[in-house]
Amino acid sequence: MHALFVLLLQVQVPGVPEKRITNIFKPLAGPASEEKTIAVLTLAITGVIFVVVGALITYTIWRFRRKPGDDSQQEPPQVYGSNQIEVAWTVIPILIVFVLIGVSARVIASVENASPPKSMLKATIIGHQWWWEVHYPDYGIATANEIHVPVAGKEKTATYLQLQSQDVIHSFWVPQLAGKWDLVPNRTNYMWIDPQEPGVYLGNCAEYCGTQHANMLLRVIAQPKAEFQAWAASEQKPAVDNPQLTGAKAAFESLSCINCHTIKGTRALGKFGPDLTHLMSRQTLAAGMLTNTRDNLRAWVDDPQAIKPGSLMPSFKLNDKELDQVVAYLESLK
Amino acid sequence: MASIDYPLERPKVQEREFSFSEALYSWVATVDHKRLGLMYIVSALIFFVVAGIMATVIRAQLAFPNGHVVGPDTFNRLFTMHGTTMVFLVGMPMVAGFSNYLVPLMIGARDMAFPRLNAFGFWIFLFGGLLLYFSYIGGSGLSGTGSAPDVGWFAYAPLTSRAFSRGSSTDYWAIGVLVAGFGSIASAINVIATTACMRCPGMTLSRMPMFVWVMLVDSWMIVLVLPPLSAGQIMLLLDRYLGAHFFDTQAGGSAILWQHIFWIFGHPEVYILIFPAFAILSEVIPVFSRKPLFGRPAMVGAIVAIGFISMGVWAHHMFAVGMTAWSNTFFAAASMLVGIPTGIKIFNWTATMYGGKLRLDTPLLFCLGFLLQFLVAGLTGIMLAVAPFDWQLHDSYFVVAHFHFTLIGGLIFGLFAGMYYWFPKATGRLLSDKLGKWHFWLLCIGFNMTFIPLHFAGLLGMPRRIYTYMPGRGWESWNLVASIGVIFQIAGILCFVWNVLRSAKRGEVAGDDPWDGWTLEWATSSPPPEYNFEKLPVVRSSRPLWDLKHPQDPDWKYE
Repeated sequence: MHALFVLLLQVQVPGVPEKRITNIFKPLAGPASEEKTIAVLTLAITGVIFVVVGALITYTIWRFRRKPGDDSQQEPPQVYGSNQIEVAWTVIPILIVFVLIGVSARVIASVENASPPKSMLKATIIGHQWWWEVHYPDYGIATANEIHVPVAGKEKTATYLQLQSQDVIHSFWVPQLAGKWDLVPNRTNYMWIDPQEPGVYLGNCAEYCGTQHANMLLRVIAQPKAEFQAWAASEQKPAVDNPQLTGAKAAFESLSCINCHTIKGTRALGKFGPDLTHLMSRQTLAAGMLTNTRDNLRAWVDDPQAIKPGSLMPSFKLNDKELDQVVAYLESLK
Repeated sequence: MASIDYPLERPKVQEREFSFSEALYSWVATVDHKRLGLMYIVSALIFFVVAGIMATVIRAQLAFPNGHVVGPDTFNRLFTMHGTTMVFLVGMPMVAGFSNYLVPLMIGARDMAFPRLNAFGFWIFLFGGLLLYFSYIGGSGLSGTGSAPDVGWFAYAPLTSRAFSRGSSTDYWAIGVLVAGFGSIASAINVIATTACMRCPGMTLSRMPMFVWVMLVDSWMIVLVLPPLSAGQIMLLLDRYLGAHFFDTQAGGSAILWQHIFWIFGHPEVYILIFPAFAILSEVIPVFSRKPLFGRPAMVGAIVAIGFISMGVWAHHMFAVGMTAWSNTFFAAASMLVGIPTGIKIFNWTATMYGGKLRLDTPLLFCLGFLLQFLVAGLTGIMLAVAPFDWQLHDSYFVVAHFHFTLIGGLIFGLFAGMYYWFPKATGRLLSDKLGKWHFWLLCIGFNMTFIPLHFAGLLGMPRRIYTYMPGRGWESWNLVASIGVIFQIAGILCFVWNVLRSAKRGEVAGDDPWDGWTLEWATSSPPPEYNFEKLPVVRSSRPLWDLKHPQDPDWKYE
């Protein structure tokens, strides 16, 4: 067990501040900001109601409690009701509700029906039990779990996410960027994010999706445009082919890894698991559970069920030599 | 306490010793609404303890990050069974139990309209509940891969399809809940027929006790919304066994269809669950304030309005599935509208207390706990109805905190008020007030300690239904405090259990009318004889016993 604790995530990538506290009241993108504004308004209104009504109830209890020693059988005046009072406490809430309905309608439309800006990046997110497949159709890039996007900057670049699911319903939730939106099989949903600051934004799958729902973590990595372009350019390349690792590569290709994983430019063409072409460019493994280090990678390939019980990747019971070769090859996939 | 001179001839209670087998037979074969009511309530309390133990394990697992108390599969079964049990095997039988026990007594009837249907309802409910729990043994089916259901209490498709839910666990969920639902429908039809046909002479609808009014509306809602759930569950079984593809997305079915069907039942359901608490408060608060219910017609109007509006709000559970802006706006608006009649109820209860002489005994204490906690629940409900806010809050721990405030802070507190209030009627003995106060304060402290922090965990991005979480996201302290609160809650519940066991045998003898009440159940002996009233009472106002006790100043002069 202790080993597991050591394995667990403490990622800090130099230069990119990680935003670990996903407070919805510290939004750093358009949709989350609009949601925060209406949340604060709602909190203010409900807060006032709570104080007023709570005080009224408390005062009533205090003022009209039976005092010690009052044992008289005298009944208090019997009051049956008052139409004026009923009208008053019906009309005031109606007015409050109409204000909230109006404001909600405006924000719903402005988030859901926002027209795309000129400077726009498209990404497709496909939910799987229990990881995220990420595609950039304009760049021909496939990756997993970590979504690189440019920061909004002066051009107000936004990233439009097309949400789909391979199996059951998942939900995309990165609280500081936007409220959640579901990934529903047999259906496509859209949402958009425009991070204001560079950084790693954390999130989770928010719809219960089976055994490992808890460990279906999200990382949105917002970078200045130039850095994003550089990242995209390197991701577009086929897998690194290190001539010193020909043996390791052959070992990998001879194993059943290739039935589920794709590595561009090799025999590995599987579609069930994450694309590994540039595995080492990612910060984490196992949908955000582990830091992407050599030891963790080895432990994961050795026995995924020990780390993420229920994960759809089985342990292949590789011997030490095979394990060394596979890890050595995977480590070369920068 | 005050004894009244009630002119009806007092029935004599039979005093005869029964052997164990005779007693057992008399309970199993009974069609008496009071015995069935008590059996509903006792079974619900047993399921309540079971669900509470599950919740304790859940909180133990989440007390610290990377918890290892249980594994993911066990955890997922725990929260599924906890939710399913609390809704279908605690909340629903409490509705049936309280209305069965009290409705005939309050309207001056000798039994329910259909006594044998009533017995059928109880036994089929119990069978459904036991069937659901049998899944722990039988869920593995032929494939050997299942156990108890692990799909969550709303069992979203396509997680329930055979591709993702192997073995028989989902079938146990569908059939167990379906069968238990028949019991609820049977009991609801019975309450409707009873209130429609069996009110005693003089009891017009406008004089019917508020409790009966609320249970009548509740029963109508059950009759209207449980069948969609049953239909959905049958469709799910058709999908699983006959390849019907209603919800099978891989064959062109729709995952959203299940959500619509489920929440058309599911949202009115939460009002169905909370209504017994509304009903109990509407009886307990007036008696303990020594004043009639303030604004009775408005209270009736509000409960009917809640019933109607609640049928049109279901898709607020679906703000994030990708509905159009228009649909989201409609359901946000409808959901907020429910706040208006609910507010009217809270205001009227407060106004009932205003100017009264509050007797702060245990039943009223639980009502006061209800009022303040339900106020919080109502206001967080408004926040969730604001769709853009809900996009953040949905499926987070904020929602968990919200509905526990309604259903524990609200419903369970209301039910405890009712149990302390009517226990003397059902057993002839009072529950200890001293233990009752310990029960109240421990539960109140524990409950708030558990569920206030969970709001903040949700605001910090903690999703619900996760079996573990990593350190460093700011969730640790909130979760730890929440788990510590459970200890106080358990202590409170133990006080209650001890109180019931002790007082049933050795409690203070209550007499017919320990609280100086006003409705007809206090006009017969405690416990009431099988036939309730030897001579049917005749009433002239909504507080028949007030009229008797105050012949110079009867209610019917004003109504």
